[in-house]
Amino acid sequence: MTAPDRAARLAGRVLPPLATGVGFLALWEGAVAFFDLKPYFLAPPSAILSQFTTNFALVRGAATVSGTNALVGLVAGTVLGVAMSFVLSRFRFLNQLITPLAIALNAIPIFVLVAVLNNMYSITSEIPRRVMVTLVVYFIVLVNVARGLLQVHPTHLELMRSYAATDVTILRKVRVPNAVPFLFTALKIAAPSAVITAFVSEYVGGSQNGLGSRITSNIANSKNAAAWAYVVAACALGLLFYAVSIILESASRQGGATHDTRAQARGGNT
Amino acid sequence: MTAAVVVDGVGKTFTTGKAARVDALVDVRLEVRAGEFVSLIGPSGCGKSTLLRIIANLLEPTTGAVTVNGKPAAQARLDQDYGMAFQQAGLFDWRTVRKNVELPLELKGWDASRRRARAEEMLALVKLPEFADPHPWQLSGGMQQRIAIARALAAHPQLLLMDEPFGALDEMTREYMQGELLRICAETGTTVVFVTHSIPEAVYLSQRVVVMSPRPGRITRVVDVAITGPRTEDTRNSEAFFRSITAVREGLRGHGVAGSSTDDR
Repeated sequence: MTAPDRAARLAGRVLPPLATGVGFLALWEGAVAFFDLKPYFLAPPSAILSQFTTNFALVRGAATVSGTNALVGLVAGTVLGVAMSFVLSRFRFLNQLITPLAIALNAIPIFVLVAVLNNMYSITSEIPRRVMVTLVVYFIVLVNVARGLLQVHPTHLELMRSYAATDVTILRKVRVPNAVPFLFTALKIAAPSAVITAFVSEYVGGSQNGLGSRITSNIANSKNAAAWAYVVAACALGLLFYAVSIILESASRQGGATHDTRAQARGGNT
Repeated sequence: MTAAVVVDGVGKTFTTGKAARVDALVDVRLEVRAGEFVSLIGPSGCGKSTLLRIIANLLEPTTGAVTVNGKPAAQARLDQDYGMAFQQAGLFDWRTVRKNVELPLELKGWDASRRRARAEEMLALVKLPEFADPHPWQLSGGMQQRIAIARALAAHPQLLLMDEPFGALDEMTREYMQGELLRICAETGTTVVFVTHSIPEAVYLSQRVVVMSPRPGRITRVVDVAITGPRTEDTRNSEAFFRSITAVREGLRGHGVAGSSTDDR
């Protein structure tokens, strides 16, 4: 394949969604002007952009606070979730003890839990938000990785037992490699959830320093365009987390193919 | 010469749910000579796969005992005295073909260069020497099954246990694989216990076909396949081949003579 060919294919993939996005923004701008919508009802994209650039330092600061909370919670939740899934796969009976508890805990609305956590820690602490993100990520990772460790092909287990392999060997050679794609699937779900949880946690109170609290305070002051500028940053942060999780996943595939890659490998002729 | 496998009065009872007991096998006696190819055939639920798993020590018999290479089945499993192949190739998608074949050697603690040399040798044996580096999902079903056989034979076991290994393959591939298996066994002198539900397959491959019946699972007849000389594609059209097929079929239907029974089912 020649370089121009590749460029054309890339353009074919990137241009249509880009054109759709730009068209949507133009329609939005046009609608605000045509119907003479008031800024407190709907701000035009141009106003949002100017708010974004003039307040860039503030937006970046708020994004850093929320992003750090999301990242710390994502890492902590992943580490805890993976650790716990190993414990669950080793001691099956714990599964029956912990799963209902996990479901019950997960059913509690974030608002309630963060309010309680805010009460436990200092109101200016970031810890309640990070704990909340950790909890959300933890359950997603736990459920998926435990499934990956336990849902091993029966033939693989019989084969390993015919080799007189120990449980530790089966864990290392079969269960862990089997669980790797499950971990990355979990991260793909957990990464955007971590960002959303970090925002929502800020609505309950505490320091007014993150994207979530900036959005609420700007809306409270009828600064609609400024609020939208923070929404844009929130969207960008969510996309960043998602993109990183996808890059991590494809990097993990370099070492060994997974079931997920099978369809792609058959479909493409690379 | 000691027998490769001795099954001595083996019975297996599964307890399923509330006091429901299923006699999967009752008083099974079987001796497989070294270098012999023996097939276990019977309808589903006759316990042929259960018997194979008891020989492999993947299941414990309720009564009786199994001896493999002159030692208890449990010891034979610990010593990796046998290789095993299943209906699903059971290859690991995250390993290359080479690494799949090397797995049993890895578990035996062989060093990398020795493993590599043996994997090359096994891939040459199954005529796939150029497929060491791809991953299994890049190969066809028949190729995957050949890799699984290479893996089962990698440690040069004297005994190969196979549970319907060609059951998922199409008829053409299946016949080709049968020929390949016979060639490999002739080259390596491996003893084979082979579970199948295909009568022609059992007859084509085996010196003896063990016919089993369900509820309770037991051996009803052992058919000596009277085909002389090496088996080729012509064997499939030979008189002796069809005679043995008829004998196995009669065994599966009970002790009735062919033609005398009107209610085949």
